[in-house]
Amino acid sequence: MRYAIPGVVLVGLIVLFSVGLYLNPREVPSPLIGKPAPAFSLPLLADGTTYTAQDLKGRPLLVNFFASWCVGCQVEHPLLLRLAQRDGVEIVGMDYKDTPADINDYLKRHGDPYRRVVEDAQGTAGLDWGVYGVPETFVLDAGGTIVYKQIGPMTEQVWQEKIRPLLKERG
Amino acid sequence: MIPELGHFALILALGVAIAQVLVPAYGLWRHDGRALALATSAAQAQFLLVITAYLSLTWCFVSKDFSVAYVAANSSSELPLMYRLTAVWGAHEGSLLLWVMILSGWTLAVATFNRRLPADIAATALAVLGCISIGFLLFMLLTSNPFLRQFPVPADGHDLNPLLQDPGFISHPPMLYMGYVGFSVAFAFAIAALITGRMDAAWARWTRPWTTTAWMFLTLGITLGSWWAYNELGWGGWWFWDPVENASFMPWLAGTALIHSLAVTEKRGLLKSWTVLLAIIAFGLSLLGTFLVRSGILVSVHAFATDPARGIFILGFLGTVLGLSFLLYAWRAPKLVSEGEMDLFSREGLLLINNVFLITACASVLLGTLYPLAVDALHLGKISVGPPYFDAVFIPLFAPLLLLVGLAAAVSWKRARVGEVWRRLRMPLLVAVAIAVLLPLALRYRLSLPVMAGSFLGLWAIVTAGQEVWRRIRAKSDFISGLRGVPRGVWGMSLAHFGLGVWALGICFVSGYSIERDARLTPGGDGVALGGYSFMLDDVSPRLGPNYKSDYGTVSIGHNGRIIAQLHPEKRLYDATGSVQTESAVDFNLLRDLYVAMGEPMDNGDWTLRLYLKPMMHMVWLGGVLMFLGGLLAATDRRYRLSRAVERSAADDALSMAADA
Amino acid sequence: MMKQSLVLILALWLGTGAALAAGPQPEDSFAADVQGSLNPAQEARYQALTRELRCMVCMNESIADSTAALANDMRMQVRKQIIAGRSDAQILKYLTDRYGDFVLYNPPFKRLTLLLWLGPLLLVLLALALALAFVRRSHRRSKAVTVNEQALKQLLDENRPS
Repeated sequence: MRYAIPGVVLVGLIVLFSVGLYLNPREVPSPLIGKPAPAFSLPLLADGTTYTAQDLKGRPLLVNFFASWCVGCQVEHPLLLRLAQRDGVEIVGMDYKDTPADINDYLKRHGDPYRRVVEDAQGTAGLDWGVYGVPETFVLDAGGTIVYKQIGPMTEQVWQEKIRPLLKERG
Repeated sequence: MIPELGHFALILALGVAIAQVLVPAYGLWRHDGRALALATSAAQAQFLLVITAYLSLTWCFVSKDFSVAYVAANSSSELPLMYRLTAVWGAHEGSLLLWVMILSGWTLAVATFNRRLPADIAATALAVLGCISIGFLLFMLLTSNPFLRQFPVPADGHDLNPLLQDPGFISHPPMLYMGYVGFSVAFAFAIAALITGRMDAAWARWTRPWTTTAWMFLTLGITLGSWWAYNELGWGGWWFWDPVENASFMPWLAGTALIHSLAVTEKRGLLKSWTVLLAIIAFGLSLLGTFLVRSGILVSVHAFATDPARGIFILGFLGTVLGLSFLLYAWRAPKLVSEGEMDLFSREGLLLINNVFLITACASVLLGTLYPLAVDALHLGKISVGPPYFDAVFIPLFAPLLLLVGLAAAVSWKRARVGEVWRRLRMPLLVAVAIAVLLPLALRYRLSLPVMAGSFLGLWAIVTAGQEVWRRIRAKSDFISGLRGVPRGVWGMSLAHFGLGVWALGICFVSGYSIERDARLTPGGDGVALGGYSFMLDDVSPRLGPNYKSDYGTVSIGHNGRIIAQLHPEKRLYDATGSVQTESAVDFNLLRDLYVAMGEPMDNGDWTLRLYLKPMMHMVWLGGVLMFLGGLLAATDRRYRLSRAVERSAADDALSMAADA
Repeated sequence: MMKQSLVLILALWLGTGAALAAGPQPEDSFAADVQGSLNPAQEARYQALTRELRCMVCMNESIADSTAALANDMRMQVRKQIIAGRSDAQILKYLTDRYGDFVLYNPPFKRLTLLLWLGPLLLVLLALALALAFVRRSHRRSKAVTVNEQALKQLLDENRPS
């Protein structure tokens, strides 16, 4: 019966690979889920006043890391506009490794869905939030805890199935 | 016209491959000799058709036919001819065509050199190879056709990936594929043994040269890949335990176990079902490698850009081939009974232990490579398994093999006496220990116990490599006839083991004594020192290449007051893709490499450079080349190339050799 | 459904890849590593650590070898923390707190990786045991054959025509 062992091992491997084909090896889940939003203290784009993680508390909202040079951000931008304008979702934009001139130009051209835009010119907040590419969107509850992280552009499906319910229940 | 010709040739080849399987299968069932013989004609026809397809694609590249989508994606009007000829295998579809062409070549070889095989075994093996061809041809025709046209025809192509525009690219894939695909022959013979239920010493004797040949090409392919990565990627590394690298290393480990297991099966008729299993596993790992590299399931710099849908096809093919093989194995292997006893302290016993460590090392590499995938599949998170793990696990598993290499050559077949073996190995042991201690002192490196231990193992393999040759020479009355009397197979084994020792020695020194430094240098200004050498940046000037613009650096290296080398690292910007490529520059001899890579330009004209001193780096690849040459010698041993009449006397020779050893 | 999921995965994957690829060029990726501010012991630690840490935006490279902007950021962070006197464990924890265990090329020894780290040892012990069992079995089998041969010989001797 030991002659059947190679076959058994093979079956296990085939099952593993079949499941594996549907996974994305480059998507890394965040260890910050369930933890408070990491502290930061950065200037606002609008007037340069300091904005901190404390200012994110008190109501559920989305924190969206984006940049003017980012192709994927443009893909999700229309959806963000709709969420902000039609559904009244509060989105705080973290402008990652960008310049005020470029981002102002970008927002003028494509529209501005952000309640506030924070300038993370050096990417320090990005590092602390475990950002490894843009766009990335974090869902925060009223207590300022991160409850979900969307890696890559947000889609209608993800909004409906994952993010909206979270905002509703924490609202 | 030409692309369509190539496409059509592939379709015909598929038809021929199907005939290559069905007609001999019928011939086996009905004992029809003529049907069996068709396999040979089919193999010849398939080779001609596939070569036609391959040459068509090559023609499209050479003639810059950008109406063919694959050519447009991997070539450009400025691409030099040398790379246009080889860009054929630059991406997924074309490399599959290379795979299929090499497979048809091996199939033809088996069909041509099978005169000593019984007709049914030869036909079965060809039919099995035909099945593999069917799988790959179907894969190409259904999902990965290199001949697809695109309209409108673009004015220029996307250019070959700059990483691939390097001499290493010309040699590495064909050699690697010769190895991967070559294991299909051992696989085919193993399946034939299972189906016909016949497996004797003669079977092992036929299978050995094919397997050794495949092994030697794989060794060379891996060596070239490592050398290429070192020169091309700019970070001085030569092995990263990347999933794609592991995908080539695992068949190598299994293949090495196989060639040693075959030796036992040929000499003593033992380990029959184990050898058959190894043959299936070695080729199975080649197929697994194909899957891992092309399905996108693992992240790697070396992976082909392809998609999960293709992955499903390869997985299905892999599952079918291996599933049927293991099913056949479970059913028929119990019939392959080995008769005879094995003593642990005998050559066959030590070769069994050799297999234990090789297969465990192979399984461990597989475990490390697939573990992140398994963790992700079970939704337990995402982890990475990288060089720290593989080094920690592989080195202890491989070290005993270096010990065994010297030990087994002193131990005779059937039964050996400890006293006799000790007498043979006393001197080599002393010499190896002495050199291991003295070498770092002589080269003025700091003493390091891990390096000494490792270099002892390498030196042990080197010093003991010649003992079998030496014993055979001493057995004869004079030196010349002694020299002549040594069979090529023994020369080959000795050279390969010698190469292994050189490889191990190089790895120890390069791992233990490498130094690196990043420096900011002013052109024409002061240099920096690294390990007794001084590096000065003379100049960086812009230059124009055939399809790129480059910042061409000139670095002078001084040692003991003299300039000993002038290197030209570059930073290239390729026109078509806009991608930036670092071309590092190396000054090497066997004792050390001096490696320079360009970093970034600074505002004031300075440049940052990365500098390395890597002791004995080229010994690593020299070792690989020596192993290749050893395999070449072993595979071309006289007793494999004999006609039936002379075979009987060769068999007598083999018996007397076995008696001496 | 399957096809849609595949397309979605592919799109997300490519989208992420495109976003990551279109990053701004690092000011000076190598200059950040230029020696001068680390003593030799610190330098050795820096090189060892950066080789063990994975570049989050690359196709399997360490932050030591990668020229990506994020890799540069992470290298500078490691350098800063070494100078600030943090231990290797603290620096690694800083990064795993933010990126998870994925960022470590040396998988931590925990319950999840038990099989990974102990596997090779168990495999080699198992393989050695099987090899020894095979050797013993070969002796028993050959002894059985020898016994039969003796019995056969005896029979032949007894029945030899005289």
